[in-house]
Parts: sequence; structure tokens; C-alpha cells
Amino acid sequence: MRRKSGFSFGLFYFLVVAFILFLPILLLVVFSFNDSTKLVFPLKGFTTQHYADLVGNREMVEAVRTSVLLGLGSSFLATALGTMGAIALSRFKFPGKGFFTAVSALPLVIPYVILGVSLLIMFNQVGIKLSAWTAGLAHVVISIPYALLIISSRLAGFPDNLEEAAMDLGATYWGALLRVTIPISFPALVAAFLICFTISFDEFAISSFLVGTQPTLPVYLYSQLRFPTRLPLVVSLSSILMVATMIIMLLAEWLRRLGDTTR
Amino acid sequence: MTELTVELRNVSKIYPARRSSGKDVVAVREVSLDIPSGEFFTLLGPSGCGKTTTLRLIAGFEQPTSGEVYLQGKAVSKIPTYKRPVNTVFQNYALFPHMTVAKNVGFGLTVKRVPKAERERRVMEALELVQLPDLANRKPSQLSGGQQQRVALARALVNRPTVLLLDEPLGALDLKLRKAMQLELKQLQERLGITFVYVTHDQEEALTMSDRIAVMNYGEALQVGDPMTLYEKPANSFVADFIGESNFVRGTVKQVDDDEAQIAIGRKVIAVRLEEERPSPNQNVLLTIRPEKLWLSEPDEQADGLPGVVEEVVYIGTSTRYIVALEAGDEIVVRLQNRPGTKMAGLGRGAPVKVSWRFEDARIIEADGRGEELVIG
Ligand SMILES: Nc1ncnc2c1ncn2[C@@H]1O[C@H](COP(=O)(O)OP(=O)(O)OP(=O)(O)O)[C@@H](O)[C@H]1O
Ligand SMILES: [Mg+2]
Repeated sequence: MRRKSGFSFGLFYFLVVAFILFLPILLLVVFSFNDSTKLVFPLKGFTTQHYADLVGNREMVEAVRTSVLLGLGSSFLATALGTMGAIALSRFKFPGKGFFTAVSALPLVIPYVILGVSLLIMFNQVGIKLSAWTAGLAHVVISIPYALLIISSRLAGFPDNLEEAAMDLGATYWGALLRVTIPISFPALVAAFLICFTISFDEFAISSFLVGTQPTLPVYLYSQLRFPTRLPLVVSLSSILMVATMIIMLLAEWLRRLGDTTR
Repeated sequence: MTELTVELRNVSKIYPARRSSGKDVVAVREVSLDIPSGEFFTLLGPSGCGKTTTLRLIAGFEQPTSGEVYLQGKAVSKIPTYKRPVNTVFQNYALFPHMTVAKNVGFGLTVKRVPKAERERRVMEALELVQLPDLANRKPSQLSGGQQQRVALARALVNRPTVLLLDEPLGALDLKLRKAMQLELKQLQERLGITFVYVTHDQEEALTMSDRIAVMNYGEALQVGDPMTLYEKPANSFVADFIGESNFVRGTVKQVDDDEAQIAIGRKVIAVRLEEERPSPNQNVLLTIRPEKLWLSEPDEQADGLPGVVEEVVYIGTSTRYIVALEAGDEIVVRLQNRPGTKMAGLGRGAPVKVSWRFEDARIIEADGRGEELVIG
């Protein structure tokens, strides 16, 4: 009886997700190989021309470069800071800990548009020129909560007296972190890095305010939507983005689970 | 005079209240211990009495709120954990999951930059000591509980510590393995001559293994002594009850002579030998007598012994337990060996009996000054 209703809940969930997520993605991919500049059925014929056009587009290649560098840099910083925060939260007691936790989760609930606008105002006030750097800083801020959550759950998953055991055997506190805590959390660190990367790589709202004259890929993509003839380019680019993101996410999830089974 | 390896002087550890409304937790209260070199010393007490906290103070994971810990005569409050000549076997073993058994055991030597050749030799020695040389390349998750326990032991011993701290190391093992490991640990300790500070809440384990035991309750070390002293001469009712089984009988002092006192228990007056405790007339006292030191006989008004009625008879193989409700009010447990000749045939529930003991087997363990009721237990 309960098994059955569980099954129908699952089926319902799956159908909804499939309909509003997978179906449009599938359409996008299908159209990206369609030999036409219009996104309508019936399909005309198979072509890889749109993808070939992408590679020849210098602006686009530049945008990819910006996005990748910005993603790598911001996720590296976010992972490092998230690790420190996670260690502080899971291994130490200190006054204001609850407040600290709440503050570090704040970027999860503040609308990105508002964050973007407020950072824009701040950078202008302080007189910092907008560039990929300013966008990158914002990406660090929005990715940290994810890094913090992923790493914290890993740290909570093994007893904190492993660090004590290391110190008992002669390691200093830093030695214990480097030889025990970090290696055990390593899969989670990589998972956090990958997740932060996809967040930065796919982020549009904040970047659109802060990149200045160095568009990231999503910002570039949006700017191209104004030109109907570029539609196939947008579609094929989106397909690539989507597939890349999915692969990274799957990899991250696989790593996260790998970490959990290494008890 | 032997050298002391571990000394605690009036050590207290107070954990501050979590919330402002809560109470501070006194985990360890004014504990003083002297542990000579090479001793198997046990901290025994119920859950939450402060055993682990005491070990953590010795290891340096916690700092005493007041008092001082000395290792080999040196005050160590300023010495961090990693510099103390102490190693710990943790209750949950705390093996490093990402390292092989050999790497785990060699961890302390790696950290201290012991050359590879020597390190490998000492790791193998340590693994042989705990009889696990074949498992060097396994990961801890591929070991049984007993094997993990041995690895944890090897990982600590390989550093040749002056003091080994063991926090309920056998707690997670089944009874049979536990008994075997008790013996093995004890032999190992005697062979290596390392001072062991061992934590357990199992009094039988403590009695079997230890040279001396500190019985703890509510953060206090109530009595420190060798197993025989603790069993034969418990300092108070808690120790008497915690170590083995004890009967407690309330009485009132009638008369005090040189080495004995006359104690009124119900309508009877019984002579009890006096030791350190010297009660004064009209004081209420608590007598303690071990169940195996008692015997039962036909009720008989003239002679010594306390009249009562058998309430329950429990046959437990080698002996039989009789629970007797004394006429004076308290309940008393009598354990009789099941040997030919001592069988109390027909002593069923409801039978009137007399409970007696030898003069020297009852002890006064608590006397209160104000003539109030003493609470048993
Ligand atoms: N870090 C801490 N913060 C606050 N209170 C603590 C802390 N550690 C221990 N306590 C308290 O101190 C008391 C003694 O704890 P301890 O762990 O030493 O007991 P124990 O004798 O080892 O018990 P067990 O047999 O259950 O392991 C307990 O009341 C416990 O709740
Ligand atoms: Mg404990």
C-alpha cells in the first residue's frame, strides 16, 4: 500500500521534471543540429555547421576564456574560504557561531539581481573599475555557501577525534589538518570546487552588472539574443553549456559520494 | 621509593554552561592521583563520572580549570599534546580511514621524521606485538572490531610512550573477545613495563587487570586502592556497591568500646568490629556485608544474627541467591554456594530464617553526625 503510493509520487515527480526540464533541453539540442536558422518544426536536416561557426567566432572564444578563468579563480577562492569556515564551524566553539552560520548562508537567499546592483553601487562608490575581477569577487561570495555546506557535511561525517589522534601521535594542529583532515575531505573539496565552478560559469544576473567590457559566456549569450540571425549560434552554445554543466555536476556528485564511503 | 610517572594535584575541570541559564558542569572535581612508573592504573566509575575528561587532561586535549598535572615530575600545563610522552588508545579507535594499517601505525614515526628503514622495522615490530603482521596493507574499514582495536594499540605503542592512556578500549568487543583481550593487554603491559592509565566502567574488568584502581563518581576520586582493598575495605557505600555486590543494613550505635561497637538493628544488638571510622553512641550507621559472607539458619532468638523472611530464591548455577526481608526493615542478599551439605532444602519463599556472619565480615562504612536517616546506595 505505502510502497505503491511511494511509487506514484516518484513517477509524478519524474514526469514533471522531465516535462519542464529535460524536454526543453532536448529540444534545444535537437535544434542545434537542425540545418536552418529558424527554431521551428519540421526539422530540415542534420548539420554541425552551427558548432563550426561557434569556433570561428572570436568574441565567443574570448567570452569562454573569461568565463573559464573567472570560474577557476572564484571557485578556488570559494573552496579555500569555505574549507576554513567549515573547519571553524564543525570543530570549534566560539561566541557568535549561530550568527556566523546565518550570515554565511545569506547569499543563498538574497536575489542575485539585488546583490549585483548593490555591488555595482559599491564598486562605483569606491572607484573600482568594473571587469571580470569584480564579477569574480561576487562569484566567490555566492559560491561560498555551497562550498561551506558540502565541506561541512564531509567534516561532520568523520569523528573529530581523528585530529586529536593525530596530535596525540605528535602532529601539530596544522600537521593534523594537512595529514588527516584535508586528505579525508579531499573528494568533498574537489566536489565543492566543481559545484562552485558551475555556479560561476552559469551565473548571469550578477555578471551582467559587474563584468564591465569583459563579457562572460552567459552575458555574451544574452547579448546575442537581440540578433535573430545569431539564434542558431545561441542555441548551440547553450547546448554546450548545458552538457558541460551536467558533466561537471555528475562528477561532483560522484566525488561527494566517493568521499562518503571512505569511512 | 618508585618514580611517579603521572601525578594529578587537586585537578578540577569545569565546563562552562552552554546557555547563560544552564549550570556549569564539574566534570572532574579536586582529583589527586599518584601513579608510579610501570603501574596498571584504572579509572573506574559509572557513565559521566569524568573518566574520559581525566584522561583528556593527562593527554593535553583539555586544560585543567585548576590544579596541575605532572608527567615524570614536570608540570605539563604549558606543554601541548604533541610534545607529551603520552599516547592514547581512543574508545572509538580513531584510526585514520584514508591510510593503510601500516601507515596508521607508522603515523607517529612519520610525523617525528624517523628514517624510513627504522620506521618500517618498528611498524612491523608493533604489528607483531599485537599479532597482526599480515594485515599491514589493509584499510581500517576492512578490519573487524577486534583487529581495529589492536591496530589502535600498535599505533600508540610504536611511539614507546612513557604513559599509555586507554579509554574503554574493549568497550565495543563481544564478551569472549573482551575476556581474551583483557588477559592479553595485561600481559603486554607487564612485558613492556609501560604505565597504563586505563578507563572502564566495568568493575570486573578493573579488578582483573589493575594494580590499583581509582573509583570515581560525579567527578570525584572516591577511593584509590588495589583491587583487594577496594573489595574488602570500601571507603563508602558507593564504592561498596560499585565494586561487587554489597548489602547495606542500617543500625544505631548503642555503645563504643576499644575495637568494637554494639549496634542495634531492629530488636537485635550486634557487635561490629571498628576500624578507622569511630562512631559515637546514638549515631545512625550503615553496615556493609558481602552476600557471599552471609549464611542462613533456623530462626533462633538467643544467638546473634538477624531474623527475617525469605522473599525470593534464585538459582544461578554454582550458587543460589536468597533475598531476605529483615525484620528490622532492610533487604539483604545472601549467596550460598551449591555444594553438597550446604543445600538449604525446603528454604522456599516465606520461610522464616536467621541471617548471620562472622564478626570481622561486617564493616561500618558510613556514620552521620546528626543522627539523621542514612540513605542507602
Ligand atoms: N566538552 C564538554 N562540554 C561540556 N560538558 C562536557 C564535555 N565533555 C564532558 N562533559 C561532561 O562532563 C561529565 C564527565 O564526562 P566524561 O566524558 O569525562 O565522562 P565518562 O566518565 O568518560 O563517561 P562515559 O563512561 O559515559 O564515557 C559529563 O557530565 C559530561 O556531560
Ligand atoms: Mg568516557
